[in-house]
Amino acid sequence: MTDTIKSKVKHFIVENFLFGDASQAPADNASLIENDIIDSTGVLELVAFIEEHFAIAMSDADIVPANLDSLDRIAAFVAARSSTGQVEAAE
Amino acid sequence: MRIEHYLIENARLNREKTALIAGKRRLTYADMDELSDRLAASLTAAGVRRDDRVLVFMDNCWEAAVSIFAVLKAGATFSPINASTKADKLAYIIGDCEAAAIITQAKLAPIAAEAKAMAGAQSLFVAATSAANGATPEGAASFEECLKADRTASAHGGIDVDLAMLVYTSGSTGRPKGVMMTHRNVDAAAQSITTYLENRADDIILNVLPLAFDYGLYQLIMTMRLGATLVLEKSFAFPQAIFERIREEKVTGFPLVPTMAAMILQMRDLEPGFLPSLRYLTNTAAALPPPHIARLRELFPGARLYSMYGLTECKRCTYLPPAELDRRPGSVGIAIPNTEAFVLDDDGNPAPPGVPGELVIRGPHVMQGYWRNDEATARMLRPGRNPWEKLLHTGDLFRVDEEGFLYFVGRKDDIIKTRGEKVAPKEVEAVLHNHPGIAEAVVVGVPDAVLGHAIGAVVVLSDPALTERDIIRHCAGQLEDFMVPKIVEFRDELPKTDTGKVSRRLAAETMEPIQ
Repeated sequence: MTDTIKSKVKHFIVENFLFGDASQAPADNASLIENDIIDSTGVLELVAFIEEHFAIAMSDADIVPANLDSLDRIAAFVAARSSTGQVEAAE
Repeated sequence: MRIEHYLIENARLNREKTALIAGKRRLTYADMDELSDRLAASLTAAGVRRDDRVLVFMDNCWEAAVSIFAVLKAGATFSPINASTKADKLAYIIGDCEAAAIITQAKLAPIAAEAKAMAGAQSLFVAATSAANGATPEGAASFEECLKADRTASAHGGIDVDLAMLVYTSGSTGRPKGVMMTHRNVDAAAQSITTYLENRADDIILNVLPLAFDYGLYQLIMTMRLGATLVLEKSFAFPQAIFERIREEKVTGFPLVPTMAAMILQMRDLEPGFLPSLRYLTNTAAALPPPHIARLRELFPGARLYSMYGLTECKRCTYLPPAELDRRPGSVGIAIPNTEAFVLDDDGNPAPPGVPGELVIRGPHVMQGYWRNDEATARMLRPGRNPWEKLLHTGDLFRVDEEGFLYFVGRKDDIIKTRGEKVAPKEVEAVLHNHPGIAEAVVVGVPDAVLGHAIGAVVVLSDPALTERDIIRHCAGQLEDFMVPKIVEFRDELPKTDTGKVSRRLAAETMEPIQ
């Protein structure tokens, strides 16, 4: 499941922060902040995407680098929150 | 006093005190002094001389802080360059100020190399930090090796009326202008600001604002002047992580821009008093809406909140004493200590209370002018009270109330304030116009709850296949992040005035609001 999550998030990042330029897509373990992929307002957009797309409510305490600062971390966070397997991506 | 003496003096008096914390790296005043001495010696050995310009093209890392002081110790002038600057603009700046050297990071070294080639600046000395694998970027000297040079006594002979820094700001003609600040200008501003903020040597200031933005840069300068401690962070992308740093380091001072305040106010789970170590918060760049002020005061009951106003050309103009916040939350206050601020009408007479006029500034913090740009300088600096001085005509419309407190009304020109930074629409339009698929474009500010204003572009296409995303990507490749349009609207023609001139005002009025 993590791979599906990851590819969805990656697609979102490429579309929204790289304006469709997939050649600039970050490695799965690369920091999105350090590599200037997303900025402060980008994080807010990312959170909105995760909440909407994976039906997860994120508290302030969830919005930290450990959960969101790479594709791997985002995928792990989303997978953990939907560990029952019931959370389906809303298409 | 020259700015590097802040560091030299504190290294003598408070050797082991922590000066800078950046991520896991902690530097004492003695460390900062030694590292900057060694780097200064390397710069001198590389041919950097008194009054030469040296670009510091780095994000908020400890190396940037050390570099700034090293440049000054070499007798040269530093120019802080935003880390998201693209090669084309960097090449322009290299050429404009005839830079002698550029200090950068591995991740930015390719852009520095491209800009150097574009500028044809063969003799430009480039120093860069090593990549994670230890490799020094091609064509650059190793920053780490530069820090190993022997410490030598400074012999540049510079004094405090020499230029300390050249800060490039977005220019209304579409090309950036270098604001010239002497050591004396910087010292006057730093002294005035630390006075009204009631800063102390035991302050611990957390800065997430770019060091290339003067508001961020002065956090470093003022910290060194006070002998205080600076916690340097790269971004406010994860507010919770920053709050954790504030708790860990017992931070006392926290500078904000309105976008950060808006982000804090969007958070759901904050309890009043959750950061008890804070003694003060500051806001500048644009006024906070009164409801935001009220909510910030609830969240930070133990901290003084300062509403301030300024521009790079004099660093800071005004501040509102915190005790006045209840009475006039919409005001940005009075002139900072040892300066004057007044509102003049078109004839140069003081505007009566309530009537908008131009904000004019007088004091030792006013810039010397724009680097090699007499025309732009003459527009901003005009004859003053005495034959030996110039007044700064800010281009900002203000009004005063009956008791002399100042209120921001708007800009006289088209400058857009987004995320606290100034953007000249012409600079963005120039990039749009160099796309072959765009026939015409006009750029406007669109009100936005978080950014203040978002950059909006109204575009007429010559290539109908172009999409909004194509255009934003094109801009992102050539402009700093904050200048890239957030929204693009397509039209068959641009709104024009009766005389056929493209009208930015009409474009702004007809732009769809952001959802």
